[in-house]
Amino acid sequence: MIEFQDVAHGYGGGRLLSDMTLSLPPGSFHFLTGPSGAGKSTFLKLCYGELSPVAGRISVFGQTIAGMSRDDIARLRRRIGVVHQDCQFLDHLPLAENVALPLTVSNRAANPTELDELLAWVGLSGQAASLPPSLSGGERQRAALARAVITSPEVLLADEPTGNLDWEMSLRLLTLLVELNRMGTAILVATHDMNLIRAAKAQVSARVLRIRGGQVQVAGAEL
Amino acid sequence: MKRRLAWLTGDARADRVVPPTGAPARLTLLTSAAMAFLAVFALTLSLATGRLAERWSQALADGATIRISAPPEQMAAQTKVVLDILAVTPGVASARALDPAETRALLAPWFGPDLPVESLPIPALVELREDAAGLDAEGLRLRLAAEVPGAVFDDHARWRRPLVEAAGRLRALGLVSLALIGGVAAAMVTLAARAALAANGQVIRVLRLIGARDAYIARAFVRRFTLRALAGAAAGTLAGMVAVALLPNADAAGGFLTGLGLSGTGWLWPLAIPPFAAIVAFWATRAAAFRTLREVQ
Repeated sequence: MIEFQDVAHGYGGGRLLSDMTLSLPPGSFHFLTGPSGAGKSTFLKLCYGELSPVAGRISVFGQTIAGMSRDDIARLRRRIGVVHQDCQFLDHLPLAENVALPLTVSNRAANPTELDELLAWVGLSGQAASLPPSLSGGERQRAALARAVITSPEVLLADEPTGNLDWEMSLRLLTLLVELNRMGTAILVATHDMNLIRAAKAQVSARVLRIRGGQVQVAGAEL
Repeated sequence: MKRRLAWLTGDARADRVVPPTGAPARLTLLTSAAMAFLAVFALTLSLATGRLAERWSQALADGATIRISAPPEQMAAQTKVVLDILAVTPGVASARALDPAETRALLAPWFGPDLPVESLPIPALVELREDAAGLDAEGLRLRLAAEVPGAVFDDHARWRRPLVEAAGRLRALGLVSLALIGGVAAAMVTLAARAALAANGQVIRVLRLIGARDAYIARAFVRRFTLRALAGAAAGTLAGMVAVALLPNADAAGGFLTGLGLSGTGWLWPLAIPPFAAIVAFWATRAAAFRTLREVQ
């Protein structure tokens, strides 16, 4: 589904990530961990084409990103759900419209019933008309998750999705991710929260990738 | 065709995606109105000077004058010789000597109406009209020089050329002004669009990240600026046309500069300004939008 072949990336001439060769198969659940600044967000951005590798080849759904046109990249992103670290909402639109945006930009209308069900699934039924700035950190993270899955993506990338959440809310979000994975969505969660990874042990079979010294390593046996 | 029209008919949901663009959009509206107002005058100038050039050219082209300077006692005889020559000259449709009253009328603007023409040594004037074939001006000059040495043939070319040239230059200036106005309008819309795009950098980034194509994002801005340019230009054009319609009639000033406004089908030309402004705004905004979008991954 997502394959890295000898991929390297860096900023300002230096190499942040190098020699990355790995594969994320359909339906898998992966955690990507490492200290702050190790390159977790960079890794995710490489997956959906926001960044381009300085070396190597990345293919997603069988297509090499390097050769894609901007329109092809846009179409690729409709098949990938992304929960950004800072959520990335349009503050002038109500929550429901923000959640439905991936459908709107592909000229599809959201089914109101399905949208209500989706907001209920993330526990935001009563917030459909709220503007993003009025939401709490936890609500924003769950809304970001709802937006990421509204197009039924084949893979979900989440960048520190529990970064602003308390432990109870983190577990709730983890449960939602596990539910998605059980429905067949491949999940990749970048986090430095080892407690979250340990909590996932009880719910799902997941692999942990660790970024160390600019390289991605498998951290150990399946959790 | 349907896709092209979609740029203007728009999509209510897509429009909401980009927040109101405020000052840049208002600037586009005002700039378009002002530019359209100026464009009406440049167009009017261009059309009117074109008409003037044509009128002056036609009025003077088929006429000529022969001036006869001779002692008073020979004046009648020499005038008759000139008329006889003209009667057998190919290309002359008609010829007649101006009587003293007509000569007085010609000189009245300079010397007043009470000029005693008969008592002054004023040359006699013979007015002639050419037929469609035209006459051989040089041949006529040579014959007059041989038979009536005091007669000078004037085919008006000396007067006509600078007048027609001046009118032509004015017309060209009007067209250049129109081009400049179009260019400035495009530049202003581009600046306004770029300001709006820069102010919405985060919105554009989010839209790209969730799978919006460049055309979808650009459309929201392009439609907004195109419609504002159209509305502003329509208002400016209307105001300009009213102002032209209210131009004072210059007939009283002697008819030399009459017809400086619009007339007949000329009133249709300014109606092309609003759609032209919309087209300029469309391409200027589209180019600015795609240039900005290329900077966003």
